[in-house]
Amino acid sequence: MEQELFGRLTIDSLPFYSAIAASGAAVTVLGALSVMAVITYFGAWRLVLFDWVSSIDHKKIGIMYVMVALVMLMRGFIDAAMMRSQQAIAYNNEGYLPPDHFDQIFSSHGTIMIFFMAMPFLSGLINLIMPQQIGSRDVAFPFMNSISLWLTTAGAGLVLVSLVIGKFSTAGWTGYPPYSGSQFTPGVGVDYWLWAVLVSGVGSTMSGINFLVTIIKCRAPGMTMFRLPLFTWTVFVTSILMIFAFPALTVACGALMLDRTFGFHFFTNEAGGNMMNYINLFWLWGHPEVYILILPAFGVFSEVVATFSQKRLFGYISLVLATMAIGILSFTVWLHHFFTMGSSARVNSFFGTMTTIIAVPTGVKVFDWLLTMYRGRIIFKPPMLYTLGFLVTFVIGGLSGVLLALPPIDYLMHNTTFLIAHFHNMIIPGVLFGYLAGYMFWFPKAFGFKLNEWWGAASFWCWIIGFYLAFMPLYVLGLLGMPRRMEHYEIAAWQPHLIIAAIGAFIIFLGIVCLGVQLAVSIRDRKQALDLTGDPWNGRTLEWATSSPAAPYNFAVLPQVQSIDAWWDMKARGVAYERPKQYEDIAIPKNTFIGAVIGGAGFVLGFAMVWWIWWLAILSLAVIFAAIVIRASDDDTDYVMPASEVKKIEDARFAQLAKAPKNEMADDPGFAGDPAPEPAT
Amino acid sequence: MNVRLQIEPQGVIVRPALAYRSLAFALGAALLCGGCGVLDGPVLDPHGPVTLAERDLLFKAVAIMMIVIVPVFIMAALFMWRYRGTNKTARYTPNLAYYWPAEILVWGVPAAIIVWLGLHLWHYTYKLDPYNALDPSVKPLEVQAIAQDWKWLFVYPEQNIAVVNELAIPVSTPISITITSDTVMNSLVIPALGGQIYAMAGMQTRLNLLADKPGTFWGRNVQYSGTGFANQQFQTIATSKEEFDAWVEKAKQSGSALDAETYQELAKPSEKVPVTYYSGVEPDLFDKIIAKYAHNDAELTPHTAHAEEAE
Repeated sequence: MEQELFGRLTIDSLPFYSAIAASGAAVTVLGALSVMAVITYFGAWRLVLFDWVSSIDHKKIGIMYVMVALVMLMRGFIDAAMMRSQQAIAYNNEGYLPPDHFDQIFSSHGTIMIFFMAMPFLSGLINLIMPQQIGSRDVAFPFMNSISLWLTTAGAGLVLVSLVIGKFSTAGWTGYPPYSGSQFTPGVGVDYWLWAVLVSGVGSTMSGINFLVTIIKCRAPGMTMFRLPLFTWTVFVTSILMIFAFPALTVACGALMLDRTFGFHFFTNEAGGNMMNYINLFWLWGHPEVYILILPAFGVFSEVVATFSQKRLFGYISLVLATMAIGILSFTVWLHHFFTMGSSARVNSFFGTMTTIIAVPTGVKVFDWLLTMYRGRIIFKPPMLYTLGFLVTFVIGGLSGVLLALPPIDYLMHNTTFLIAHFHNMIIPGVLFGYLAGYMFWFPKAFGFKLNEWWGAASFWCWIIGFYLAFMPLYVLGLLGMPRRMEHYEIAAWQPHLIIAAIGAFIIFLGIVCLGVQLAVSIRDRKQALDLTGDPWNGRTLEWATSSPAAPYNFAVLPQVQSIDAWWDMKARGVAYERPKQYEDIAIPKNTFIGAVIGGAGFVLGFAMVWWIWWLAILSLAVIFAAIVIRASDDDTDYVMPASEVKKIEDARFAQLAKAPKNEMADDPGFAGDPAPEPAT
Repeated sequence: MNVRLQIEPQGVIVRPALAYRSLAFALGAALLCGGCGVLDGPVLDPHGPVTLAERDLLFKAVAIMMIVIVPVFIMAALFMWRYRGTNKTARYTPNLAYYWPAEILVWGVPAAIIVWLGLHLWHYTYKLDPYNALDPSVKPLEVQAIAQDWKWLFVYPEQNIAVVNELAIPVSTPISITITSDTVMNSLVIPALGGQIYAMAGMQTRLNLLADKPGTFWGRNVQYSGTGFANQQFQTIATSKEEFDAWVEKAKQSGSALDAETYQELAKPSEKVPVTYYSGVEPDLFDKIIAKYAHNDAELTPHTAHAEEAE
């Protein structure tokens, strides 16, 4: 009876077996409780539930995505700090983490950083900005957007809950079978990983569809494809990659789930299973995934470098073509993750060559950004600092990437810390710096005030110095032969490098502290840093045409686009901030809890499947089905904001504009002048 | 049998040109100055022609890519300084967005480098295919490596001995290691001698290696395989032919044989297993371990990861 009710969940699943595991659980539980306490203290439950959880406004969904990402960044960083400190001391001794715990930590670090830090951060920035950049009032499918958010959050929730009830996977973020099969890892850990990935993966596929359709169908009049801002172009390609890549992950993880839960033999050693199929499927998603993450970051860099060089983006067409080339090539290189699986020289040469070819469009991008700075007037605001740090650091990662693309070198360096150094060298300066630049660049658009620049710059310097200290030693360690995922080691020459790397991790920690302080200080001083115009950086693209924060409908009147850098062009022609003669009624989707209900049921489904609580799994599936039916039969999903109310909001905005400086950047010593029409040549 | 390797005429392994050697020294010295001690690492201090050739490709590739890396550093530093916003004397062209010679350069130069790299990639990948015999005219020493939780079992079929967690090889003799796993996926590497290849149950993979100097180097599993992963290592001892024969004799004297029953016991998960010699081995043990995971479906023969292509 007990087994039917609770599956394999027992009181022993609570982490009282280890002080470290128990304190991790305590931090998680106390964190959740204190968030609830804060909401209760401010009496904000109504606001949280009715204005945010049920919201299907793309801007609010974007903000919630970024909040999930920042929380998970902290959790993922704690994992990283534990690994670095363990390896710094574990020469000829066991350190403070037993293997079983260390293995859970590197597994959750990778899983969290890719799936629940980078992916939500990416979806958040896209949601917040992309519709405004193309002059749209919303995404194509606002309700589906809400489902995507809550499924992603459900996945993140499963990873967090694994800290409190049961254990997490020890199979690494890639979960290679047969190790991840039930024969070798029978517990609930791999199941937590699988269901977190499965649930959030469905959300990501839907996000891809949503973004792609939005870009194709919802552009403002005159916004032709070759007038799209570069960020939107990168989102376009990333969405296509999401749609085609994520199903491969869902299939791989679904089959592994069948192996584990229902005794199938897709990837087992015995009975005709073949683990190589999993590895191919996983990387068929996994390689496009790194471009899914990095292309929008490239988009952010493109916007930031043009804005803060006060100059048009150099080589727009080149950058678009390079983005597309990377998107296509990303599906032709997956085998480079396993050159060492015994493929023939012919196969390895092909995939190695395709991989090196990706260096060409990537190199083009780097040079185009540099040429954008050429003969510009560079203003070193924090987003620009992150961009410059990226430019210099990223090419080192590109270099090591090309080295790893050469199969004979990969035979030596595969599975070593050289590989770890390489992909962190791509993902920290490439992806995370891009997202942080985007966070500081677009924060005023989300909240109406600017982030503190001193603390922003401080966070940048900590991140970049910490990065070099933490990861350059790992390159050296790779040349010394150190494998990844070592819980302890017996080679004395490795230890000094690991100690330097741990110091680097500590400096990165200071960078994260600076981000927190920046946010707190900026909220405290928000009155002095208000963005009254909606255009704090003398921006070039349409998201700066809206107020900060933007009205629920973004644009009271859809803008007429006549050129690349549409907003700059409108300012130059003197048609920016023109008061329309009349306003119209605007249909806006109503808030609904159904997205959150589906996400919550997704979480329960995952939890039930992890613990084999079959009745609960069936119940949650039924809830999901019922929620979809209820929503599908609801014909009254929009409300109409009357023109009079639009006028009221817009009048307030124009009153604010009248008090605001003409150009918020005009005080900057590096300011090069207001947008002006191109001189006739 | 004292084999002198005639490597160069076969074009299997090419000795590094002097230029690359000095480049290696310059690079190595730079790293050493940083207090890295990386020169003593197995990758940059190879004991066999395979790692040596792999290292040479590494240096060549780093050198050629400097053609794009160095300009990026220079341009970034120069532009940041010269075009800083407060420098009102620098030229400012806010609408400069296209200049065709620049476009040709930014596409052309990386593309040219990739063509050069691609040619080298094909050449070296074929040359350094770990399945290739290092010297087809010489019969290599055959070793069978079996990955277990969490140790390595090496079987010497010709000598009819087996040893746990130690690999002895004669210097200057090509070694041909066939590899499988009796557990999860593993990866066998001896960095001083050459790169790695995966070990997978029901399948056989292969590494061809050679030590050209005597010495003792570490080898291990580098594919994460569970709680005992960190301890899954062994010593490789490269010795003269005479010392190798003496080592084989020592194993022969050990007295215990590796029969099916002993193997079952050995294959159970265990860590830090001391070096253990077996004076005899169950016939076809390696093939039986592979066959264990195969199934009866006639159409599905045991997988071999590598389609052994006719050369």
